[in-house]
Amino acid sequence: MTAPSDAERRAAEEKRLRTVWATPKGWRYLSAVNNTEVGVWYGGTAFVFMLFAGCLALLVRAQLAVPENDLVSADLYNQTFTLHGTVMMFLFAVPIFEAVAIYLLPAMLGAREMPFPRLGAFGFWSFFLGGIFVCGSIFFGAAPSAGWFMYPPLATDEEFTGIGADIWLLGLSFIEVASIAAAVEIIVGVMKCRAPGMRINLMPLFAWYLLIVAGMILFAFPPLIAGDLLFEMQRMFDWPFFDAERGGDPLLWQHLFWIFGHPEVYIIFLPSIAILAMIVPTFSGRPIVGYSWIVLAAVGTGFLSFGLWVHHMFATGLPQISLAFFSAASEAVAIPTGVQIFVFLATMLAGRVTRSTPMLFGTGGVAIFVIGGLTGVMVALAPFDWQAHDTYFVVAHLHYVLAGGMLFPVVAGIYYWWPLVSGRMLSDRVGRIAFWTMFAGFNLAFFPMHLAGLWGMPRRVFVYPAEAGLGLVNLLSSIGAAIFAAGVLVVVFDVLRPKRGAVAPDNPWNAGTLEWAAQADETWGLRSIPRIESRYPVWEQPDLVAELRAGNGYLPDAEEGRREALITSVLDAAPEQVLRVAGPSWLPLASAITLGGVFIALTFHWWLTTLVFAVLFPIPLLTWIWTGTAEIPEKPAKPIGRGETLPLYVSGQSAVGWWGMFITMTGDATAFASLVFGYFFYWTITPDLAAGHEGPGPLWPMLATALVLLAWAATVAARSWNRGGAPGLARLALIAGAAFSLCGAAAGLAGPWAAGLDPTAHVYPATVWVIVIWTVAHVAVGLVMQIYCVARGVAGRLTPAHDADLRNTTLYFHFLAATAIVAFAVVGLFPLAL
Amino acid sequence: MVIAGAFIWLGVLLAYLHARRPRRARWSDQAAGRLILWAGAVFPTTVLGALLTYALWLMPGLRPWAEAEPPGLVVEVTGHQFWWEITYRTADGAIVASANELRLPVGTPVELRLASPDVIHSFWIPPLAGKMDMIPGRVNRLTVTAERAGVFEGACAEYCGTSHALMRLVAVAEEPEAFRAWLAAEAAPSPGVAAHPEGRDAFVAEGCGACHTVRGTEADGRVGPDLSHLGARRSLGADTLPLSEAAIARFIADPAAVKPGALMPAYDMLPDTRRAAIAAWLGGLR
Repeated sequence: MTAPSDAERRAAEEKRLRTVWATPKGWRYLSAVNNTEVGVWYGGTAFVFMLFAGCLALLVRAQLAVPENDLVSADLYNQTFTLHGTVMMFLFAVPIFEAVAIYLLPAMLGAREMPFPRLGAFGFWSFFLGGIFVCGSIFFGAAPSAGWFMYPPLATDEEFTGIGADIWLLGLSFIEVASIAAAVEIIVGVMKCRAPGMRINLMPLFAWYLLIVAGMILFAFPPLIAGDLLFEMQRMFDWPFFDAERGGDPLLWQHLFWIFGHPEVYIIFLPSIAILAMIVPTFSGRPIVGYSWIVLAAVGTGFLSFGLWVHHMFATGLPQISLAFFSAASEAVAIPTGVQIFVFLATMLAGRVTRSTPMLFGTGGVAIFVIGGLTGVMVALAPFDWQAHDTYFVVAHLHYVLAGGMLFPVVAGIYYWWPLVSGRMLSDRVGRIAFWTMFAGFNLAFFPMHLAGLWGMPRRVFVYPAEAGLGLVNLLSSIGAAIFAAGVLVVVFDVLRPKRGAVAPDNPWNAGTLEWAAQADETWGLRSIPRIESRYPVWEQPDLVAELRAGNGYLPDAEEGRREALITSVLDAAPEQVLRVAGPSWLPLASAITLGGVFIALTFHWWLTTLVFAVLFPIPLLTWIWTGTAEIPEKPAKPIGRGETLPLYVSGQSAVGWWGMFITMTGDATAFASLVFGYFFYWTITPDLAAGHEGPGPLWPMLATALVLLAWAATVAARSWNRGGAPGLARLALIAGAAFSLCGAAAGLAGPWAAGLDPTAHVYPATVWVIVIWTVAHVAVGLVMQIYCVARGVAGRLTPAHDADLRNTTLYFHFLAATAIVAFAVVGLFPLAL
Repeated sequence: MVIAGAFIWLGVLLAYLHARRPRRARWSDQAAGRLILWAGAVFPTTVLGALLTYALWLMPGLRPWAEAEPPGLVVEVTGHQFWWEITYRTADGAIVASANELRLPVGTPVELRLASPDVIHSFWIPPLAGKMDMIPGRVNRLTVTAERAGVFEGACAEYCGTSHALMRLVAVAEEPEAFRAWLAAEAAPSPGVAAHPEGRDAFVAEGCGACHTVRGTEADGRVGPDLSHLGARRSLGADTLPLSEAAIARFIADPAAVKPGALMPAYDMLPDTRRAAIAAWLGGLR
């Protein structure tokens, strides 16, 4: 028997790869988890939500076209603008970038898949179900109507908001879960799934930006989730966090909301700059000028964006010294933004620019964005803002920033990457028509709003008086909005129209980054994984594409019939592991439906249904974790091509699971810090924090701390005994640890319980309760993890050599121990210091 | 600021358009790097630094950092859904309640104490000062000085519920003597109380006094706006309708039809004549 020829070998490899990465057919299609599927679903859904929110905007403009209009009722108008803002922010702007990231990142990084495909699919389904729930509410007249910012006490007023505010809070909390899931996935993907040799300073700029943005999500969304929790506790159980009469303060919500809300703007803006950072070098025919400039500028923008939130609160009567500080920080953020704009300009000047539709949308976006940036510099000055705040000037400003800094670049991205998605080109001619219609319509719609605002037209008004002289500018805005919408429809038409024959050539724009080595008609992403030595490998490593398509890179085959990805080290991208990633599965969908059931049933106060879903949710979740994570491979290592061999199982800091846990817990700790911030916030406004109410005393909280620390020590001991070859002893330690956790949780609750703290009486007992409950809930999760590790050991899925579950549980307990120390010291010891 | 902004925008736009031109010299990497440094970093830092310094220099003048000496006149303005309760406290201890129309003496600093019992509102009369929020549980202070006599339009600037758009406000600035005379008249019952007795009796009998105050009658409610001198105001319903007897009657019949979400119940079950009588009496309270 002769050895198979090269061509035969290759054909056999390709056949196996194709089978392994095949997309499920028919109704099973919904069980797909591959990034190219989930990415397209995600993007398509977000785009449909955008069109829906656009229709709402047209309704708003129709109502405001003439003075004293009575086209829609005041209540419907209020629902419409609330939902417009909410949907655009939470269901379009953030998810669209998650979609683009999930779709493109693996190909750009030279990976086959994101590290947690099922988590990505779970995130998508959560977003999809939550989004439909929130959007659908307006058809029942039950949409939230308190504004997308939901300021209490208006939004806590049961009579005014009805069920709408609950739909906002619970529907969006559900979607925020999806955003954090995507952030974890993106961070781990960028850090651990790059092609070998792609050191961190060789990463495509897009990956840099997304790493920064995902990190921002991790610190920006948790304060909102904490705020949502406080808010919903007030609405559902009358805990008075924002009720001034019982010691609460409506301003706490504004702080928590804008600590989220301002970074949110940059979470939206930076990924779009990332799109431009990929497009501009391609059409300038050269690498970006000032790679380190733009990376530093992006990092700087990310940092500064967390120090700006008070500029949304300049008119709340805060001390002038803090206004001055936040005003300065708000001006400062314009500097890194300016650097990024000039990096693009410098790249274009130092190259030779090819005109194209993506470039047209990119440049047009910059032209619009710069106007928004300049008005931003104006409203960042407190004296100007005292007049402009909450007027149409701000409406104009924010739309210039978001359309120029987000929508136009996204359309540029659609035109740029569509050949990769579908293998077809979008039309250059239709693209130009769409651009000019959108550009003209946008400016006609939003430029006059600057004037309306300066002439004194407040925001969120359903009518304005005829004698105010605002009729003409509003009519122009409404006409412009219609033209703008027509332009968007042209883009939709170009994407949807049948495109027979317009087959895209390979790498149609002659770009330099790795995603263009992928083939649109194959589901495996890259045929084999290259070794990267430069920032623009397609330009700078001439044989690369041919070599990797010939299967001469890493992982060219799927011998064992499993989907595999290469895991590399964080800084240098040295290969560390072959990770078996998940194939099609129904578990993400089942988990999303049951978790969604919990949130939706809570909205309607169907307690029994809530309970049923809360019991059901862990079933798919635990099945998923039990069957799909930390799987012990059939052999310790396998060859990956080019004469290298990698282990199939790693644990601890090399493992993606460990990083996933670390990053999730960082976000979780941020939410906890927000609750503690609330506690001290109340103390700063009323130094007599307890206001005569009983506290939990130091005894029970200190006992709870001691017990949680014992549970932590038992877990740490279990890990090292297991490593040292004594799994039996480790299991005993875990069981003891679980007992300590149980007692610790009970002791934690005993403090406020024994003291008879009534959370509805005053904000102090309510805050103590919420911090204690948060901590105890985390102890309970830790308890489940300890028992889970024992069960894994008994089932033979956790051994001294395969200890990923125990390592991750230990990591969780490090965070838990810190949480418990802080929580119980705050509620138990701090009152003694007063 | 606007002109400088326009120049910067034009500069950036022209630079981008120039960069798109197909036939032009390529810049060297060094030159491009210098562009980023000077135009992208140094220039904005300088301009923004100057702008910020100017704004911070302005701020203490617009809103004093520390408590100034006790002002001659304090006006408590309290935001309600969807109207303004206004109480004047003069230096000599007089307290005068009014609503929906703010009177100010020209040239005199007046301290406004801004509060709200229900939701967040924001007090904004553009020609007088920038806006200041009215937040439950807090009292925000804002000192304003009307530089000239005149009528200034304002509005609630923080979304406060269904009829946020219809929560408007008028400020009338007049010479100090005229203001003092007005305040004295406002403090006393209107001479119109005695006119249209059938309207007054209906007002009392229908229980309007549970919510509204009319000085000189037994009506002393504090839930709704003070109506003691309703007839002397320029408008009705927080500047929603021009003041007329017909408008008053229309408002009484169905407040929510004029102002969706208004808390006052409809009195459409009253006979037209009875409503007209009340309206005539209220309209006469000058």
